[in-house]
Amino acid sequence: MWRDALVVGAKDLRVEMHSRVTTTQVAPYAILVLLLFGFAFDQNHAILSQAAPGLFWIAVLLCSMLAVQRSFAVEAADGARDGLRLSGLDPAGIFLGKAAAVALQLLILEVVLGLGIAVLFGTSFHDPALLLLSAAAATVGLASAGTLYGMVAAGLRVRETLLPLLVLPVVAPVLLGATQAWMAALGLTTADGWRWMTLLVSFAAIYVTFGVLSFSVLVEEA
Amino acid sequence: MVTLRRMLAYRGTGDRTTRILGLVTLALVAVTAWLGLVVSPPDKVQGQLVRLIYVHPAAATACYVGFGLCALASLAYLWPRTRSRSWDRLAAASAEIGVVFCVLTLVTGSIWGRPAWGVWWTWDARLTLTALLLAVFLGYLALRRTGGDPDSRAKRCAVVAVVCALLVPVDHEATTWWQTLHQGNTILRPNPLIHGWQLLTMLISFVTYGFLFAWLLVHRYRVEVLEDRFEDEGYDVAIAERRAEGGVVTAGPSPVLSESLSVSTQKAGQT
Repeated sequence: MWRDALVVGAKDLRVEMHSRVTTTQVAPYAILVLLLFGFAFDQNHAILSQAAPGLFWIAVLLCSMLAVQRSFAVEAADGARDGLRLSGLDPAGIFLGKAAAVALQLLILEVVLGLGIAVLFGTSFHDPALLLLSAAAATVGLASAGTLYGMVAAGLRVRETLLPLLVLPVVAPVLLGATQAWMAALGLTTADGWRWMTLLVSFAAIYVTFGVLSFSVLVEEA
Repeated sequence: MVTLRRMLAYRGTGDRTTRILGLVTLALVAVTAWLGLVVSPPDKVQGQLVRLIYVHPAAATACYVGFGLCALASLAYLWPRTRSRSWDRLAAASAEIGVVFCVLTLVTGSIWGRPAWGVWWTWDARLTLTALLLAVFLGYLALRRTGGDPDSRAKRCAVVAVVCALLVPVDHEATTWWQTLHQGNTILRPNPLIHGWQLLTMLISFVTYGFLFAWLLVHRYRVEVLEDRFEDEGYDVAIAERRAEGGVVTAGPSPVLSESLSVSTQKAGQT
């Protein structure tokens, strides 16, 4: 399973390095979203600084939709999905590989967005350990839930519109937990941010487990 | 949809058992309304507002039952030994009814919240999770409408239903796990918060909603059966009709479906 995950993850990342969609399209889109938030709040620095964690994670959620759609769009051309199904790779490995590739792309986007909120919203970072660990847990949760639902929607004619409808309500707990953890990590609240790690880690564990268990059914039907 | 309506008009989804079930449900609704509006007294604290307790908790319970049943039927479909289209139909029917009761829960809760809390909506854990529950099952229903191969669709939907239903126990326990504005359990505790006619009326309201749920479920399940038959046989009927136009007589599907499809085809031709 792990070897297959490595093969699929490396394949997705190689495709991404050749096409450079994440760097040339998704990353600029993420920065554009931050700029639009600035316009929406009338460049009010106090509000933007206070709302920075929430705006950051909304931008990540929107980018995750693009990353997941891209991850399954590369399988749509030239019967690649059939090739994947007939390759004999462990479906659990395919899930883990695709989720890991999406997670890695999201982490890169989060670095870009983190720099964006620091520069555009004047955010300062207080607790790096909480910041990094909560971001890692939230990213694993987003990538695994997104990959699971990406496979559900793969091959459907309405996948572009259906995927956000399926995924966004499901990942709302990640938005809540990650925003609250980052509020504490950025020094915007005195509340204990570490307790939200329980929610983020539980969410990630549930979706990784469920993805590993159910991907064989979905790969078969995609 | 025109075709489906014709089919329902021709045979319907009711029979003697469902009519009796419907009449019992109607009688129970009347009894609950009489007990809730006339017999049970107003509350010392909430006054007349307490009468919503005969509508709102039972609707929420019916919503949980609908989503829970959907998840169980989906698990039965995913398990190879019990795989059957019947489980998929049951999952579809119960999810749709669950969504109806979830909307009813949110609407009655909001009506209750306005005079009790002063707002139509508040970002309370129980309210937010219930709204999320509605959103994820609306996504599930959207997935069911994507068409394609029925078995493939059933498997996708079954996986999603099981994931979505994970929210049900979290929503139910929200008032225990978090500090919420929404009140905790009223009956399921060592000392129930209500007594006498109020308790009796509330318990009867659960029975009433149970019967209403069962009645809706039977009819909705039978609509699923008709829709499946339409999907399975509709293509054959269309081919048989084209052949008949050319003067070739072939064995077609059942007379009921054939007649209903002919009616719809004629109507489409007229328009």
